[in-house]
Amino acid sequence: MTGRELILIAGMTAVTFLVRYAFFALGERVAFPPVVQRALRYVPVAVLTAIVVPMVLLPDGSHWQLDWRNAWLAGALATGVIAWRFNHLLGSIGGGMVVFFLHRIIIG
Amino acid sequence: MLLGAAPFAIIFGTLAGPSGLSPGGAMAMSLCVFAGASQFIALTLLASGAGLAVILLTTLVVNLRHALYSATLLPHVAGLRQRWRIPLAFWLTDETFAVVHHHYLEPDSSPFKHWYYLGSCLAMYINWNLWTLSGILLGRSLPRLEHMGLEFAMAATFTGIVVPLLRSRPMLAAALGAAAVALAAHALPYKLGLMLAALAGVVIGVVLEELA
Repeated sequence: MTGRELILIAGMTAVTFLVRYAFFALGERVAFPPVVQRALRYVPVAVLTAIVVPMVLLPDGSHWQLDWRNAWLAGALATGVIAWRFNHLLGSIGGGMVVFFLHRIIIG
Repeated sequence: MLLGAAPFAIIFGTLAGPSGLSPGGAMAMSLCVFAGASQFIALTLLASGAGLAVILLTTLVVNLRHALYSATLLPHVAGLRQRWRIPLAFWLTDETFAVVHHHYLEPDSSPFKHWYYLGSCLAMYINWNLWTLSGILLGRSLPRLEHMGLEFAMAATFTGIVVPLLRSRPMLAAALGAAAVALAAHALPYKLGLMLAALAGVVIGVVLEELA
């Protein structure tokens, strides 16, 4: 393990623990205003979408690839359709990966 | 629930190497951080060359929901000593919250529900770390894994989580806004685009919900 990894893991541990522990430590002296509670519900969707959409549409990190030759796009579309239709996370991941593999093999 | 977490721990362990995290680092992350979503995001960010500050800030934002969980469970642990509260907080995850919250809502007034909470925590913790270890070993035995397309597993996981959540108009708008900003700002240094996009998505969602 490198020093950088050590700092990363120590930092993530501290951040994660403090977030989980803050309310248990402070008791009822603090509370979330309703608007913050509402905002928190949008965090997973906003963060994950912001990570995944550039991965899929800019597979090399800088150039747009908006056509049928893009294996990332094909796989993500398959995952999305299965997830929407069946609401089954592992099934959608598996299906998307099959499409991604096949796309790579067939279209390369 | 235990079986459901297993594939993600395996994927995490397997992808750690190709993402630039050493086997020891991957194991330490599962042992110390113990937060699936943050661990996945940390790998993705490491692979894309993000700095430490960006990864830590993203971890904070993504984990804020845990504060909501502990605020909800607080009335049930308020009578416990800190030596109970510290481990119960450390092991608090989405899965444990779901199980424990349900258990506390049951009408019997057993004084031993925190033992149930602890048991649930330990089961999730041991499960997550054993499967992480399996994933790391699997990744080492398949050294050319990164060329087999497994890197797509992360994108598939995130897509599969997000899509079923897009059933309300504010949620959909939040996702579209976050995507647009992320694409427009992807060239900004330090992954600032990610933070801007997340912020834009959250603001759009909250504003639309207020208007509705």
